[in-house]
Amino acid sequence: MRKSMPVVVGLVVLGAILIACAPAPAPTAVPTQPPAPTSAPQPVAPTTAPPPTEAPTSAPAPTAAPPTVPPTVAPPQPLLFLSTQNTPVEEQEKMRNVILKDFTGAKVDFVSDAEGVVVDRILAEQKSGKITIGAIGVLHGTFPNLLAGNALEDLTPLVAKLSDRPIVKEFMTLGKLGTDKQYYIPWMQATYIMVANKKALQYLPQGASIDSLTYTQLAEWGKNITAATKEKKIGFPAGPSGLMHRLTQGYLYPSYTGGLVTTYRSDDAVKMWTDFKAIWEYTNPQSTTYNNMQDPLLSEEVWVTIDHTARVINAFKNKPDDFVAAPAPAGPKGRYYMSVLAGLGIMKGTPNRAGAEALIEYLTRPNVQAAYLREVSFYPVLESALPTDLPAYVRLEADGVVKQSKALDAKVALLPIGLGTKGGDFNKIQQDTLTRIVLKGEDIKTVLNDEANQLNALMTELKAPCWSPDPPSTGACQAK
Amino acid sequence: MRTKLESALPYSLLAPTLIFVTLLIVVPIFQAFLLAFQAPDGSFTLEYFQKMANDTSFRDSLKFTFLLLLFIVPAQAVLALVMALLIHTRFRGHTIFLYIFAIPLGISDLAAGIAWLSIFTERGYLNSILSQLGILETPFLFLSYQNLPAVFGTIVVAESWRATAIVMTILLAGLQVIPRDYFEAADVFGANTLKRTLYVVLPLLRPSLQAALIIRTIFAFQTFSVVLVLAGRVIPVLAGESYTWYVTNRNPNIAAAYAVLVLIFTVAATWFYLKFLQTSTAEAGYD
Repeated sequence: MRKSMPVVVGLVVLGAILIACAPAPAPTAVPTQPPAPTSAPQPVAPTTAPPPTEAPTSAPAPTAAPPTVPPTVAPPQPLLFLSTQNTPVEEQEKMRNVILKDFTGAKVDFVSDAEGVVVDRILAEQKSGKITIGAIGVLHGTFPNLLAGNALEDLTPLVAKLSDRPIVKEFMTLGKLGTDKQYYIPWMQATYIMVANKKALQYLPQGASIDSLTYTQLAEWGKNITAATKEKKIGFPAGPSGLMHRLTQGYLYPSYTGGLVTTYRSDDAVKMWTDFKAIWEYTNPQSTTYNNMQDPLLSEEVWVTIDHTARVINAFKNKPDDFVAAPAPAGPKGRYYMSVLAGLGIMKGTPNRAGAEALIEYLTRPNVQAAYLREVSFYPVLESALPTDLPAYVRLEADGVVKQSKALDAKVALLPIGLGTKGGDFNKIQQDTLTRIVLKGEDIKTVLNDEANQLNALMTELKAPCWSPDPPSTGACQAK
Repeated sequence: MRTKLESALPYSLLAPTLIFVTLLIVVPIFQAFLLAFQAPDGSFTLEYFQKMANDTSFRDSLKFTFLLLLFIVPAQAVLALVMALLIHTRFRGHTIFLYIFAIPLGISDLAAGIAWLSIFTERGYLNSILSQLGILETPFLFLSYQNLPAVFGTIVVAESWRATAIVMTILLAGLQVIPRDYFEAADVFGANTLKRTLYVVLPLLRPSLQAALIIRTIFAFQTFSVVLVLAGRVIPVLAGESYTWYVTNRNPNIAAAYAVLVLIFTVAATWFYLKFLQTSTAEAGYD
């Protein structure tokens, strides 16, 4: 027995060490109540479309990123780059191994997670004063919340250093968040487009053009396809991590009602849901499992779809001859499309501001912006023409993006703004509306009324004013 | 001195486990209760439970969780028992089968879900095989939200495949500790295989069966990644709702309310098994 004692003591010590080393519960386990974004300066909601990417014209852009070494002798300092973008594993890998490979200004640790997790972490670090984050890469609509939490450095001095970058002016204005200081530098943009298998084109309704389709014609198209193939071949990303709610927010609602929140239960909205149910008649019922549309496009379960540019690109990459990219359909109020703008900010009190600034300088270089388009299908925020040396499949998709922004009836809807960590609750309302109306077949008016009440309660709680295309409001944005 | 040390020995041996369980299980449970019942001002509230109960998918998630339990647990218990008995006969090459049966144990449930998705989807393996055999002309949509029984069936199949191995392992371990004498005695009295199984093996296996059922039921309450992959939002389950509320909807309070509900059901189920599959040490053959 005496012999075994040291062993026992050793085991206890080992256990204690193991426990001490065990990963602590994630900081988000105990939620911090984020400060209400009451004092958040509201961003300017542009009423006109920011000029998106220009059509490719001339001037080949440099291909290989010339590694420019900053004039520092000291070894690069670590820099935590926290992002809500490029979360899919493949995109994270591209980010680390390709896009950031030539950056020498800091030792970048790229961490990407869901919006709520990222916002929680930023605000928690800000509150505790123990700051590890350097650069922040999030969507436009996330920044007001970070500013309200006093977590953003003023980047106005940096703007002068970036004056050689032809960054779209409207985007720069958005980056001021309605103040006279620059809080983020535009990073990249994306949108959602329609993609169709060429086999489907022969079934287009008579007189309809794929480049100027309406939602009513989309239903008709689906009907023709089903009649010919006995299969439902329209598809939507309505899976658990699909972005269907963005299509509701930025495409269907604005195109039919000219708004989103204010018109949530309007007669126009009833018409929209009625029309969408007609489209859904010819929609593959497995759509509720689709998180991205490139896989069902490639397997030909789906011939016609609308999805995020980064989530259809593999279709063009793997079978460039099979697919065409086209603008999203139009409704009675126009051809609304959603412009997704992401920006780069710097964490207030960051231990490596120089590194973060160098990173922003690097990521806005024309060749790096082109690399972004090539690797992950996010589009540049620069005025200059798209690089001409793009791989063919990227060009195929870019063609659809350009057509969409140049369409005569094109109008821009923005991502929800100022919802902060409640963005998920907002999305859930649109998801629930779709589930109840389309999947469960409940009465449209009843559902819209219920969900509009939920929406109003949420907006009142957040005190969030309307954003484009809803008309500006003085108080919280409300459904009429 | 020596006796003191000796009496401290069991406690020092238990200490690591105790510390571990306290830090990683007891404390989080306590925090979950706080999240589920505490209003921002610190007072007691049932608001989160009300919100949970009023949510669109609450009733469905309750219904589907129990339906899954009802279908999966008995099916798996029987299947695992058959597999364990088969292995226990020690036929030639039984170890190979043991390894094959145990493969799903090493696969994460999400990976298993994705594997089954590639089998059941419209252009998946199953449809391809069926159409090549000439059985189907057009693919059958197993995962269509309009055909919930089919979706549910795929989940039952995938879940059974994934988690039967753990039940089998526990039962096999139980079988292996039954002393050979019992079987010899049964043989002496002329019992055939069926009788031997019914009257000797099953009663002696009851403690293992109890443990296996408890573990499997707890797992069934926690199931969600396979469901999420195969059915998306169409078949909600309690654990999945907890996940969605926490990660997607960013509402830890309602997520905790769901978690507390799952905990209550789990405790109730465990109590049920302990009460109705009661075993005495004599029955277990350990006296």
